[in-house]
Amino acid sequence: MTGDVAVMGVGMHPWGKWGRSFVEYGVAAARAALADAGLDWRDVGSIVGADTVRGGYPGYVAGATFAKALGWQGARVASVYAACASGAQALDTARAQIVAGLADVVLVVGADAAPKGFFRPAGGDRPDDPDWLRFRILGATNPVYFGLYARRRMAMHGDTPDDFARVKVKNAAMGALNPLARYRNPVTAEQVAASAVVADPLRLLDICATSDGGAALVLSSMEFARRHGPAEPVRIRAVSTVTPRFPNTVLDLPDIATDSAAAVDPPGETFRRSIARAAYEEAGIGPEELSLAEVYDLSTALELQWYEDLALCGEGEGAKLLRDGVTALGGRIPVNVSGGLASFGEAVPAQAIAQVCELTWQLRGEAGDRQVAGARVGVSANQGLFGHGSAVVVVQ
Amino acid sequence: MSRTRTPVVAGWFTEGGDGFRLLGTRCGACTSVFFPREDHRCRNPACGSGELEEVPLSRRGRVWSFTDSRYRPPSPYVTNPELPWEPCALIAVELAAERIVVLGQAAPGVAVADLTVGMEVEVVSGVLHEDAETTWTTWQWRPTGARQDEGRGMTGDVA
Ligand SMILES: [Zn+2]
Repeated sequence: MTGDVAVMGVGMHPWGKWGRSFVEYGVAAARAALADAGLDWRDVGSIVGADTVRGGYPGYVAGATFAKALGWQGARVASVYAACASGAQALDTARAQIVAGLADVVLVVGADAAPKGFFRPAGGDRPDDPDWLRFRILGATNPVYFGLYARRRMAMHGDTPDDFARVKVKNAAMGALNPLARYRNPVTAEQVAASAVVADPLRLLDICATSDGGAALVLSSMEFARRHGPAEPVRIRAVSTVTPRFPNTVLDLPDIATDSAAAVDPPGETFRRSIARAAYEEAGIGPEELSLAEVYDLSTALELQWYEDLALCGEGEGAKLLRDGVTALGGRIPVNVSGGLASFGEAVPAQAIAQVCELTWQLRGEAGDRQVAGARVGVSANQGLFGHGSAVVVVQ
Repeated sequence: MSRTRTPVVAGWFTEGGDGFRLLGTRCGACTSVFFPREDHRCRNPACGSGELEEVPLSRRGRVWSFTDSRYRPPSPYVTNPELPWEPCALIAVELAAERIVVLGQAAPGVAVADLTVGMEVEVVSGVLHEDAETTWTTWQWRPTGARQDEGRGMTGDVA
């Protein structure tokens, strides 16, 4: 396909709570990805950074920050921000430059040094900022929204807290096999049930933590890969970065209300479903062809929602898919074999890039104990605040 | 000393003679309703009219979902750090006439155990917090006690 770009190299700094600068994690990941690609930093024609809002000004110009730290070498630079989808948009920017012939080799880097506790809005009084307003008026943290979605699933589909706990148990079991994960201990359903309720019905172990971490990709044109890389590189086949359509009738972070459908009927599919559909259409691949998926399990209940939004099963059938073992390692479509956000904790601008790192290792057959046998096609899915989502289709 | 009652956000609700109402805006061209209010342009991509007028939203709706905050939320939410944090229930409410879901805190004393999805609730005036000079007011949702099959006030309640 003309739109394919090659994944020449992938690299990550282990997730954790290291207490150092995001720049250090990003540079470590970038160097690992360059080494994996067998390329020198000076071979890179463009660098795209996924921004962090928690590192001061250098975080807002992440591309330049990483370029300077790696040593100025004149590369084209871009920095992008799209909340949790920042990493995927950085990847999309890199892909567009390659497909347009603006660069042969592009380095994509995202890294974060996360604060302790709840994510909170930037300081100052900003009554025009919905993210400030939801904290000021409602005290509505991110887990509040996750709790609303989980309760809605219980009412509409009959999901139970035990189903949610089962997601954590599955992901923790796989994270225990991943040396890059922050949490590497197996978790039992009893441990989930014994953890404190944060936002009813969700407990502490249902909700992902915030972590330090960094991830990077070296992408190139297929032509460059033929000359310099492996004969059959893993390829990015599609990147979906669609926005919602009016009226968006699912309450979205950080909004206090949905759009009204009083005058215009809602679109036939939710925003999250449209993210996946756009990726499948662009790739010319259907969900039945997937070998594995990496989805954004900000909460356990949200992972079940992704099963349905990715059309791995019908609406309301997510919990059954999980109970039947379909999404576990060894199942028909393993989900979050990396361990997911449950085992990593979220390092916002790095997370969507880390998803693609995992898919790449899996498709290369380099995932060790957590390898999905015969993996050929993978998808990642992600949703961030303010109408950002992403899905990336990776093929071997 | 008496405190001044001040809305936490100006123009989002009123406590007039008609009782407490959330205030949104409605597009004069396509009739789309907006809460929080849009005062400049209609956000319907097929419209874009600048003709927006203030409208009160339905008093009653049904619970779309609910949850609570078991831990003290961070600033800019205002709490007294010297007092223990009391879990606060939050309710997302579907207003039938406007076909919109609006999030709000539950009225004091309403806990998640008192709520079910589909239950009828009504909007009431509430106090977010108080400081030396000001009582900061907000909107809250409170169950009406109506059974789910009664469905009163759902469609004819828009002003
Ligand atoms: Zn309009």
